[in-house]
Amino acid sequence: MIPFAYLVAAYLLLLGCYGVVRSRNLVHTAVCVSVAQSGTYVLLLAIGYQRGAVAPVFGPSTPPGTPVVDPVVQSLTLTDIVVSATVTALLLALAIQVAKRHGTVDPDELNALRG
Amino acid sequence: MNRTTRLVLFLLGAGVFAVVFVVAAFGLPDFGAAVHTYRDASVPAALDRATPNVVSALVFDQRGIDTLGEVTIVFGSVLGAATLLRLAQDERTGPDADEPTPLPVARLFGFVLLPVALVLGVNVVVHGHLTPGGGFQGGVVLATGLHLLYVAGSYRALRRVRPLSWYHYAEAAGTGAYVLVGCAGLVAGQRFLANFLPLGETGALFSSGTVAVLSVAVGLEVAGGVVILLAQFLQQAISVSTERTPS
Repeated sequence: MIPFAYLVAAYLLLLGCYGVVRSRNLVHTAVCVSVAQSGTYVLLLAIGYQRGAVAPVFGPSTPPGTPVVDPVVQSLTLTDIVVSATVTALLLALAIQVAKRHGTVDPDELNALRG
Repeated sequence: MNRTTRLVLFLLGAGVFAVVFVVAAFGLPDFGAAVHTYRDASVPAALDRATPNVVSALVFDQRGIDTLGEVTIVFGSVLGAATLLRLAQDERTGPDADEPTPLPVARLFGFVLLPVALVLGVNVVVHGHLTPGGGFQGGVVLATGLHLLYVAGSYRALRRVRPLSWYHYAEAAGTGAYVLVGCAGLVAGQRFLANFLPLGETGALFSSGTVAVLSVAVGLEVAGGVVILLAQFLQQAISVSTERTPS
């Protein structure tokens, strides 16, 4: 039996890719890329999960020795989120330029390169 | 490629991916089990460096080189977006249009929450090694908190307190500081990005060596970068006008 979280991760990735394939608007495409990337967050965090463990931040209420979830995948997720945000920003900037230069944001109507 | 071909191609690829993923998922460790080899290696290393927030220890110490790459990606993409969104030859920024005044409730909450958001952002950045948070998260809180001024006030008010060049300097200084701290590790006779500073007492503000310093450097960079990004998009949305119609 595959854990539900892994299936959610795969579902998000495929859903995002499906959105990119069927997109009729570049802003929608950029959002779909973010959805596809969020599948990787779910996968990473699901791999690091441990039942009954707490967040990997120690303090007065969680002295060292308390079971914590895997911090390595959490830090990878943080990197992932930062990269995803910057990619989205760049894609949206490109979408603005395309809208200005070509007068459309439908990827299917963009069939020629223009300076 | 027309839409039908593309969809068929996608469905083929998605089908193959789904099968391979399910096969691979059966080989993954049990969900929620207690066996986490990397955790068992990284938690003692973090506590050894007096960093109770293990995620920050990983990001700024154990995976310091990765984060240098990440910081460079942020820097490069802000540069790229600013280049893409700069004014073209046929564009100019018009005088700010008269904006409708926001609702009094929005103004009140905005101005009350503006200092709270900024203090919270600084708090998240400087306590990145102790409590959940760190440079990336705090930087985003700082940058978006500043834009409460736009939500509650006006674009003009935002522009007055936001001389963009400062944020360019902040972004560059943050990125540069990260590299300099890395090189300082070499000068101190250790490796690049080594945690060479005194570790201090666990839980104190000045502790955990370079983790806290790098967290602040990244906070500076991210806050500057996000403000610049949002400024470019706001400028496009509000004050740019084109002289000719798009062809």
